[in-house]
Amino acid sequence: MSDLPIGWRDHQEPGRYRLEQTGSQDIFGVVHGPQSLKPFVFAPREPLLQIERTKGGFAAHPALPHPEQIAVIGARACDLAGLAIQDRIFLNDAYRDPYYAARRDELFVIAVNCTRALSTCFCASMETGPRAKTGFDLALTKVDDMLLIEAGSEAGSGLLSELSLSPAHENLIDEAARCIEACARSQVRQLDHARLPQALYDAHDHPRWDEVAGRCLACANCTMVCPTCFCHTVEETPDLSNQQTAHARLWDSCFTQEHGYIHGKNIRPTIKDRYRMWLTHKLASWIDQFGMSGCVGCGRCITWCPVGIDLTEELSALLTSDSRSSVVGSPVEGT
Amino acid sequence: MSNPDERQRPKLAVVKFASCDGCQLSILNLEEDLLALGRMLDIAYFPEASSDMRPGPYDIALVEGSITTAEDAHRILALRQQAKVLITIGACAMAGGIQSLRNWADVESFKRTVYPSPEYIQSLSTSTPISEHVHVDFELWGCPIDKSQLLRVITDLMVGVQPRLPADSVCLECKRRGNVCVLVAKGLPCLGPVTKTGCGAICPGMGRDCYGCFGPSEGARKGPGLPPNTTSLARHFHGELQLIPIEVMRRFRGINGSVSPFRAESDIWEQKT
Amino acid sequence: MQAEADSIVNPYVIHPATIVEKIREAEDINTYRLQFVDEQMQRRFRFKAGQFNMMYLFGVGEVAISIVSDPDVPELLDHTIRAVGRITKSIAGLQPGDVLGVRGPFGQGWPLEESPGRDVVIVTGGLGCAPVVGAIEYIFRRRAQYGSVKILHGVKTPHDLLYRERFDAWRRSPDTEVLLSSDQPDKGWRYHIGVVTELFELVSIDPLKTIVLMCGPEIMMRLGVPILIRRGIPTTAIYVSLERHMECGIGLCGHCQMGPYFVCKDGPVMRYDRVEPWLGRAGV
Repeated sequence: MSDLPIGWRDHQEPGRYRLEQTGSQDIFGVVHGPQSLKPFVFAPREPLLQIERTKGGFAAHPALPHPEQIAVIGARACDLAGLAIQDRIFLNDAYRDPYYAARRDELFVIAVNCTRALSTCFCASMETGPRAKTGFDLALTKVDDMLLIEAGSEAGSGLLSELSLSPAHENLIDEAARCIEACARSQVRQLDHARLPQALYDAHDHPRWDEVAGRCLACANCTMVCPTCFCHTVEETPDLSNQQTAHARLWDSCFTQEHGYIHGKNIRPTIKDRYRMWLTHKLASWIDQFGMSGCVGCGRCITWCPVGIDLTEELSALLTSDSRSSVVGSPVEGT
Repeated sequence: MSNPDERQRPKLAVVKFASCDGCQLSILNLEEDLLALGRMLDIAYFPEASSDMRPGPYDIALVEGSITTAEDAHRILALRQQAKVLITIGACAMAGGIQSLRNWADVESFKRTVYPSPEYIQSLSTSTPISEHVHVDFELWGCPIDKSQLLRVITDLMVGVQPRLPADSVCLECKRRGNVCVLVAKGLPCLGPVTKTGCGAICPGMGRDCYGCFGPSEGARKGPGLPPNTTSLARHFHGELQLIPIEVMRRFRGINGSVSPFRAESDIWEQKT
Repeated sequence: MQAEADSIVNPYVIHPATIVEKIREAEDINTYRLQFVDEQMQRRFRFKAGQFNMMYLFGVGEVAISIVSDPDVPELLDHTIRAVGRITKSIAGLQPGDVLGVRGPFGQGWPLEESPGRDVVIVTGGLGCAPVVGAIEYIFRRRAQYGSVKILHGVKTPHDLLYRERFDAWRRSPDTEVLLSSDQPDKGWRYHIGVVTELFELVSIDPLKTIVLMCGPEIMMRLGVPILIRRGIPTTAIYVSLERHMECGIGLCGHCQMGPYFVCKDGPVMRYDRVEPWLGRAGV
């Protein structure tokens, strides 16, 4: 119990994160921390192969992780939505990623339904929260000093049956629903995705990209904290004798110089190119690619952007018509 | 030395100019890897480590320090002629180091203040990076350099591969390590977003703000990279983190203050002080 | 065998392959003929023309390279590699007997099985002809199944013309035209002078019977396709092979993102109407 953040609350604004001790007995006062569930399944640095020189050249041995079972307490609806998107990419596309799968199998998620929204939250507009709908083993809702528990999987039901709990009264269930609903209504940010993806494709030449490029640091923090960003690169680390080499993947970002490099040319040389790539993929082409938005409305990219760039604000500016905007397929600037 | 492979092993020189020797100490601190390095390379010249100093030519020369005297300006030219591959190590060699603060000041007045007989001091009025004097084949940034980057570059050279080190911002590695951003969570004026990775994000990992010892993430030299957006970060330091202009100027005018993107930013904020 | 089981479920496993022949194509370009070290891999490996492999050099890393050879001879894999980057420059130093790593095959190949009875127009530029070589071999092994074949290939200088003997051999095949162009020719150049798209005017095309395979610089596609459309060829019959930064080959690492596609997984060969909105867009 002493490991739980009892009494702590988080305050998040663009480019600003602060924790406050309120002195209350609230266990789940911190809405969300600097990372989602992503690092538990898509590890920031994952050894893929250990390769050794042999007489016949080399032998590549998979370095599959053997993770312990991990239970995460306090995942939010946005985190679950992010996990579902990463599952879609790493487990249910053309190739199943065995490293992600190994970690995913060992994850037990105890979600918490949000009854307080941060100023940076906009899950309600993305229809991913604040109630955890699927993807959890257990989901908790705090109502006054009561905890309402709901099982979302066989493993979750199994655990519940081992605890001596009393069935929830209907009034409590209704009250929990009201609290979650109130949390949704209290969200001050929203992302207007009704006209996506096309409206953002059409905004490819909008002057707002130049304006945001003046603020964007291309530091990649937004992509690092995003629950859905999945870009990674491979790092090869031979030992000094060059007899053994470690082949590992690590988180990468579309904001780096190397990302758009193709023999001698960089497809996205400028910060404008990189920000546009990120936002257009996240909010628009992701829909065409995976059948869902790449944004879950957690607001982490807003909070953890060192200079507080707010994607909801950027999108709304980009969707405001501009005389210079053009449509897909029209003549374009040179590459 | 009695190693029979002596003639085959590439000859290494480690040469010092104006510097604190910290990068050379990073080599001596390689521990087990230092022994392996000694087996791979013939360490022919490394005065910090050994009094056995043999003349060139050298296959690889690691150069620490900046050029601050006329004598050193000649010495680096001679070394370049003796070195097949010349690698600069550390912020002094790369950017002139902390001693390049003299480039914005009056060195003569320093001499008069510090030394009773300033006429004996033969020093240039500037501290300049090695690359302003000779062609540099590869650069290892940092103050001090990172051991694993050094080993990686030497390993690549030994097997005939063009070395390459990442030019990402410190933030990627900081986030991979699970650090909580000190800029966002503590309001510290961290230079990580515009600084080149390679250190392992050690300062933010200890709750400290990065002070840019690995230099600008991109655009410090001619090449494909663009200068990092120091303008936006500096504006944020001033506008949101309440740094006054001279503090903003000092953030950028540090160990790598003479490298172009940082220098340009510090000059802008000097105008505002 | 455990290693084999691993490689079926683990798309990251790299298989050693010996360089059995190194064919010099130009000053900085070689074709490497590879054979898997593992006999099971030799037997098991199949690919479609237009697909690519990730080539791996021990201790250095991987790079995506299209498979040049005949898909009906999958036990020998040809890869034509220009020494331009860190890895390809290091590969250039290898000799027959040395070992590379191979992971693949990846991506979508040319739609040849789906196109019996069609005329085939092949338009390539520079080293872009490499990914179609296998397609041409495939067609010639089944010559009766296809209509006419027209191979239009453009290079900057005659020096850039690879596979000269193959072009000559193809030219001698029945119902086959081979047209070459160079926009910076030398005195000995016997073919068209100009850019490859000008060759369109020199061939007759039955627009509704034809499929077009294109590979080369994107500017060639953007300039060439409108001409083909004017000749009455539907964009659904035009296929292009695209190039982007690829690291994983399996649609996970994100580098080859192009609009809503991963070029490594959804391409490299893509139907033109699907990629048309994205081609030539700045930063895409």
